[in-house]
Amino acid sequence: MSRPLASQRKEYGRALVEIGQARPDVVVLDADLSTSTRTSDFAKKFPDRFFNCGIAEQNMMGTAAGLAASGKTVFASSFAVFATGRCWDQVRQSIAYPKFNVKIVASHAGITVGGDGASHQTAEDIALMRTMPNMTVIVPADAPETYKAVKAVVDRPGPCYVRLGRVDFPVVTTADSPFEIGKAAVMKEGEDVTLVGTGQMVAVCLDAAEELRTRGVSAEVLNMSTIKPLDKARLLSSTERTGAVVTAEEHNVLTGLGSAVATVLGENHPVPMSCVGIPDTFGESGESEELMVKYGLTSDMVVTAAERAIRRKGK
Amino acid sequence: MTFAAGSGHPGGSLSYADIVAALYFKVLNHRPGQPAWEDRDRLVLSKGHAAPVYYAALAESGYFPVSELVNLRKLGSMLQGHPSRSRTPGVEMSTGSLGQGLSVSNGIALAAKLDRKDHRIYCLCGDGEMESGQIWEAAMLAAHYKLDNVTTFVDRNRLQIDGPTEEVMSVEPLAKKWEGFGWHVIEIDGHDMRQILDACGAARQVKGKPTVIIAHTVKGKGVSYMENSIAFHGKAPNEQELIQGLRELGEDA
Ligand SMILES: Cc1ncc(C[n+]2csc(CCOP(=O)(O)OP(=O)(O)O)c2C)c(N)n1
Ligand SMILES: [Mg+2]
Repeated sequence: MSRPLASQRKEYGRALVEIGQARPDVVVLDADLSTSTRTSDFAKKFPDRFFNCGIAEQNMMGTAAGLAASGKTVFASSFAVFATGRCWDQVRQSIAYPKFNVKIVASHAGITVGGDGASHQTAEDIALMRTMPNMTVIVPADAPETYKAVKAVVDRPGPCYVRLGRVDFPVVTTADSPFEIGKAAVMKEGEDVTLVGTGQMVAVCLDAAEELRTRGVSAEVLNMSTIKPLDKARLLSSTERTGAVVTAEEHNVLTGLGSAVATVLGENHPVPMSCVGIPDTFGESGESEELMVKYGLTSDMVVTAAERAIRRKGK
Repeated sequence: MTFAAGSGHPGGSLSYADIVAALYFKVLNHRPGQPAWEDRDRLVLSKGHAAPVYYAALAESGYFPVSELVNLRKLGSMLQGHPSRSRTPGVEMSTGSLGQGLSVSNGIALAAKLDRKDHRIYCLCGDGEMESGQIWEAAMLAAHYKLDNVTTFVDRNRLQIDGPTEEVMSVEPLAKKWEGFGWHVIEIDGHDMRQILDACGAARQVKGKPTVIIAHTVKGKGVSYMENSIAFHGKAPNEQELIQGLRELGEDA
């Protein structure tokens, strides 16, 4: 299905400027990518509260910690691969452990980074951030949800990670759709299988649900925009009813949403499950749409996974 | 190349073009037909986004056909947006995440010392890249272990992505910093072939310490609309710009 596309990064920039107006305690850091992450919007409006740290992500996170230790609410941005992997220990030791108010909002996550290739893509950032105590992990489905997520993290105490894409994502929510950290949204109700998507894979799940409908299968679609804390109640109430689940993420299939969901189901109410995600391999250069196909992030893959999970019901 | 790819990094490639050409065609002791030759000089492109100029030099040297160059950044291509050791003959090290190449170069240099080999290691960095702390950890290590087989270039084009280095995060006094870390420092005009070759020759004579060559360059060198332009850091030219650019560089459009 064709949906309008919109930029998450632009919404980040817009939300950040509004936050800057309302909250004098908010400061923003970037590491020489402010035009890409769109923290440049904030920098133009509030030059005194913006600090470019240069190409030094580890130093940026330590600086963010110090600002937070002195009562500031800090946004720190870069590409996802650098904002999580390069400075993981600084985030762990200096931000997560002391529970500081640092909001890491990273763009260019996943494989749709495109031409830059494996060094700039990341399929590991959700895993890196969700394994860290005290960290909230949010993966907005689209541009409108990005705006709401950025607004929401300001008021949430402690460290948060918000994961954004480079390319424009299909729009699946509206300005009025409810958003709450830690709550999954039911995008479509269904009976036979639960499709749990995160990020732009929510749109892919909705497409898959449409295709499944034509095949006589009724699929429920959940937008799991908070990976941590995971909305266990919503997940279990859906999967206990449908009896089958598919997870879909633009992330390493071994270590992200799929494993978070599997743990909850395994401990509470196991049902047949299939995971769609980037295989355990590094990415490569290419157009983002080509990469989505090559790395199996398509509605066809979700449909096949759903049929496989449904076939295993009751066995 | 970046035109065919529709994206890529022309600015930081052109500032390094003269140095990369000097190294591949005059300085490096290498055998393009035998990329794994164990006595070859090694070159690590720490500033991995200069991949286009690097690939051009590797192709012209004979590591792979020049006709491959139009496949830059295409799906399945051997020419990734940033260098990939496992895909491209002649690429010593996968890079792209800035700040890491000098450490790897040091490791190669330590191995050469252990194995009593006298090949040399060239590490090509950016000036914005000097902001990364790991560069200075590596600078300390190279001096500590007297790695006189390491020569590091700094492409001092004075620009990074968000603006001039001295506005984003000042790196000066750069020569004094390297001196303070125990390196032999040479400053040159990075577009003067004689100076590039002389500096490489001088570095070879320095014993007991590594050498850094700070090369003053112009980002986008040779293409008027790209020179000193921030816009052409990570943007490909359009067709009209391409034709004009090639003409200015003295190539057939
Ligand atoms: C660790 C890391 N952080 C950020 C980036 C994104 N990035 C790519 S090029 C660049 C600017 C590099 O500046 P400089 O070293 O001066 O090279 P030039 O742009 O002059 O070629 C940045 C920040 C990166 N590649 N690696
Ligand atoms: Mg530079």
